[in-house]
Amino acid sequence: MDFTYSIWILLLPLISFLVIGLPEFVNKKYSWSHKTAGLIGTCSLGLVTVLSYYTAFQYFTADRLADGTFATFVPYNVTWLPLGHLHFDLGVLLDPISVMMLIVISTVSLMVHIYSFGYMHGEKGFQRYYAFLSLFTMSMLGLVLATNIFQMYMFWELVGVSSYLLIGFYYTLHAAVHASKKAFIVTRFADMFFLIGILIFGYYTGSYNFSFTGTEIAYGAGASAFTVADSARALAAGGMILPTALVLMFIGGAGKSAMFPLHIWLPDAMEGPTPVSALIHAATMVVAGVFQIARLFPVWIEYAPQALEVVVIVGAFTAFYAAAVACAQSDIKRVLAFSTISQIAFMMVALGVCLPGHHGAALDNHAQLGYMASMFHLFTHAMFKACLFLGAGCIIHAVHSNEMSAMGGLRKYMPITHITFLISCLAIAGIPFFSGFSSKDEIITACFEYSPLCGWWMTGVAAMTAFYMFRLYYGIFWGTENKELHAHHTPHEAPVTMTFPLVFLSIVTVGVGVVTTLGGFCDWSWASFGSIVSAAGTAYTVHFDPQVAATSTVIAILSIALATYIYKGEKQPIADKLYATFPRLHRWAYKRFYMDEVYQFVTHKILFRYVSRPVQWIDEKIINGLIDFTAWGANEAGETIRPWQSGDVRQYAVWFITGTVALTLLLLCL
Amino acid sequence: MASIVMFCILAAVILGSAVMCVTTKRIMRSVTFLLFVLLGVAGLYFLLDYTYLGAAQISVYAGGMVMMYIFAVQLVSKRTLQGLVERVKGCRALSYALICLVGLATVAGVQLKNGFISVLVEGKEVPMQTIGEALLGSEKYQYVLPFEFISVFLLACIIGAIVVARKEKEDK
Amino acid sequence: MVPVECYFVLSALLFFIGVYGFVTRRNLIAMLVSIELVLNAVDLNFAAFNRLLFPGEFEGFFMTLFSIGVSAAESAVAIAIIINVYRNFHSDQVNSIENMKY
Repeated sequence: MDFTYSIWILLLPLISFLVIGLPEFVNKKYSWSHKTAGLIGTCSLGLVTVLSYYTAFQYFTADRLADGTFATFVPYNVTWLPLGHLHFDLGVLLDPISVMMLIVISTVSLMVHIYSFGYMHGEKGFQRYYAFLSLFTMSMLGLVLATNIFQMYMFWELVGVSSYLLIGFYYTLHAAVHASKKAFIVTRFADMFFLIGILIFGYYTGSYNFSFTGTEIAYGAGASAFTVADSARALAAGGMILPTALVLMFIGGAGKSAMFPLHIWLPDAMEGPTPVSALIHAATMVVAGVFQIARLFPVWIEYAPQALEVVVIVGAFTAFYAAAVACAQSDIKRVLAFSTISQIAFMMVALGVCLPGHHGAALDNHAQLGYMASMFHLFTHAMFKACLFLGAGCIIHAVHSNEMSAMGGLRKYMPITHITFLISCLAIAGIPFFSGFSSKDEIITACFEYSPLCGWWMTGVAAMTAFYMFRLYYGIFWGTENKELHAHHTPHEAPVTMTFPLVFLSIVTVGVGVVTTLGGFCDWSWASFGSIVSAAGTAYTVHFDPQVAATSTVIAILSIALATYIYKGEKQPIADKLYATFPRLHRWAYKRFYMDEVYQFVTHKILFRYVSRPVQWIDEKIINGLIDFTAWGANEAGETIRPWQSGDVRQYAVWFITGTVALTLLLLCL
Repeated sequence: MASIVMFCILAAVILGSAVMCVTTKRIMRSVTFLLFVLLGVAGLYFLLDYTYLGAAQISVYAGGMVMMYIFAVQLVSKRTLQGLVERVKGCRALSYALICLVGLATVAGVQLKNGFISVLVEGKEVPMQTIGEALLGSEKYQYVLPFEFISVFLLACIIGAIVVARKEKEDK
Repeated sequence: MVPVECYFVLSALLFFIGVYGFVTRRNLIAMLVSIELVLNAVDLNFAAFNRLLFPGEFEGFFMTLFSIGVSAAESAVAIAIIINVYRNFHSDQVNSIENMKY
């Protein structure tokens, strides 16, 4: 099958980045007008979306291989940097998860491009914004299409850079600059572990490729799988090498995916424009960590199944922590940010709870249900969370504030936003016939198979999710209206460029939800996400466990009811009473359990004072002193020797004669 | 015996003049004492039966070069011609003298310790014909090439000296 | 015949008197005069060596002869330079050309 056109999926955003960006960065007077710049970006993204959909269509409708999996295609693979028998390749890899990610990224990115027309209307730096959006899209697509870990790492860093640039878009605001630096430094810190992991991995396995099986060889020009000898060597080294490498890479992924305790950058990253939050910090970049584990999943399962426990623990704790914090935040974007952290943690847990295969098979669809569930949740979460963020953007656009206190009762002013927001809230809460239900239910099922404790824990977090999302929903659209503010500036519905993406994304949410929910109950194989992505690659029909489905639905509905009871009314006596009863708990949660302060303490009070200061002292006094001493010594030596060249011929003669006599005497004595 | 007496007289003249030459404060006197030294050395050449060498020494050195020095002194030091006084720091001159003495002791020690044996018992004057043949022959131990070379060299030096000493035309 | 050692001692003395003069005098012409003393000492040594130790040969003789020629040439050039220095620096003292070292 011919997938050579797939390179254009990467090239088009790059070209549009250059076309929009170069005139802007070279000289402002050559800049495109706002409209042209936006149109260039959006049209190229439209083409990318069409290409991605076509790729997906062609890929998933093709015949499966004899063993029931989809073929892996490598239409391009160029050796970019040969280093002995290791080499860094650049290429395009098409397999079920990368094609699925193509759809997610291109769809959300296109929606954000369209939405930004309205949201960023008239902003200074509009062209720059679109250029960076294109750059980000290119990097993210390159990340998912990477043929090897090193290419993935390169694009991973590019994604980090674009994220940095976009968070700091309003670079005149101190908070935005601060947030962008924080995001960049925290993720870079984590990426350092990723790089170390990659190097260990490459050293011991002799390749940067993703799998031992080498199915790509058939199509890839320069691709090679691990050699048997190398993998044997890796295992012989105590069996700890590959788990260590994978856990180090997971730390990198945890940084990008904002897992506890590396999550601190994501809430602050909300200083960026809201569409950017929707694209980067909800739907695409932050799931890079999940994608990374999924990408290396065969290696995890085969060589480090025990290490997955780390992923489970980190994920489960983060899910709970973020949900708890989300319950107390008042900034709507912060609530959504913590919700994102919590949902990504769900995906992480889902990957972690995969058990080693039964029947001697490395990959087993049933035992590794979590893998499918994680990818499915990634897909659905991207859609509804993007919809939520874009909705939040509409609201902020309308009331010019992020705080819930400025909102309340907005349902009558913004009907479209209200409906789409509600749909997305229902989806994230896990109500049947909305997409979140299908995916979250699978995750919880997988958790129960892993251990009951894990299952109940995640069910509890799901309940909290439903609660805080509806607290948010009621706080925005119902509750106490801030009449004073609204009289001053009446909120209005957003323009069509902004409402269209909302409608589109909620249609996807509902459509996917209805089809997969019905499919899950009736065992329709065609309507199952498992038919395109599954652990072993073979088709897998999702079947709901009625017990789990019923439990989680009931719990979700109860949570929503509780939130309705507490937050729907104009007056909220229960909330006030709760607040009065547990002021400290609320305060702790509001302050995110003081994690930022802990970091501040660790970095400023401990690292800066006890590590950086001595290092600075060594640098200044010893290293600098050595350099100074060398300079001083050379200077002094020069000053000392200089008079010797006096220009006085007689003096030279004296030295000459003295030397000659001395040498002669020396020779005589010897 | 007569030759030893001659040698002693010449040596006394040479050393005395040399010491005066380097210690006198006046350039003119210094050059004059140099003339005595040169004449003394020429006398030694005669004593060694190198008559030709002695003649060359007198004509070239004593006759030509000392004249040149005198003219130079006249040209250069008109104002200080008679009264040039050099201040030599005592301690520095002493240390220089010490170095010279050490060097002298070394050289003399080496030469005396070596125990050269004089083979010449009775000297005869070197015939002029031998010198002329050696100077203009091109065989082994004959010196036409250095002879021609030194003539060219002298020419070059004369031209060079004229070029260097030539008075530059005043610009503008 | 005079023993050869006498010539050695005489030439060594003359040589170091010349050296002493060279290092103590400041006047350029006086320095040149000292150099002539040194050269004469060497010439004398050559002649004495040749005459008393190798009477049948003439290397030392011709060496001395050529040395006289060369020193004449050297003096001519040196005096030309000294005259030039005097013109440019209005001094015939060696210190005056110290800045030539740069």
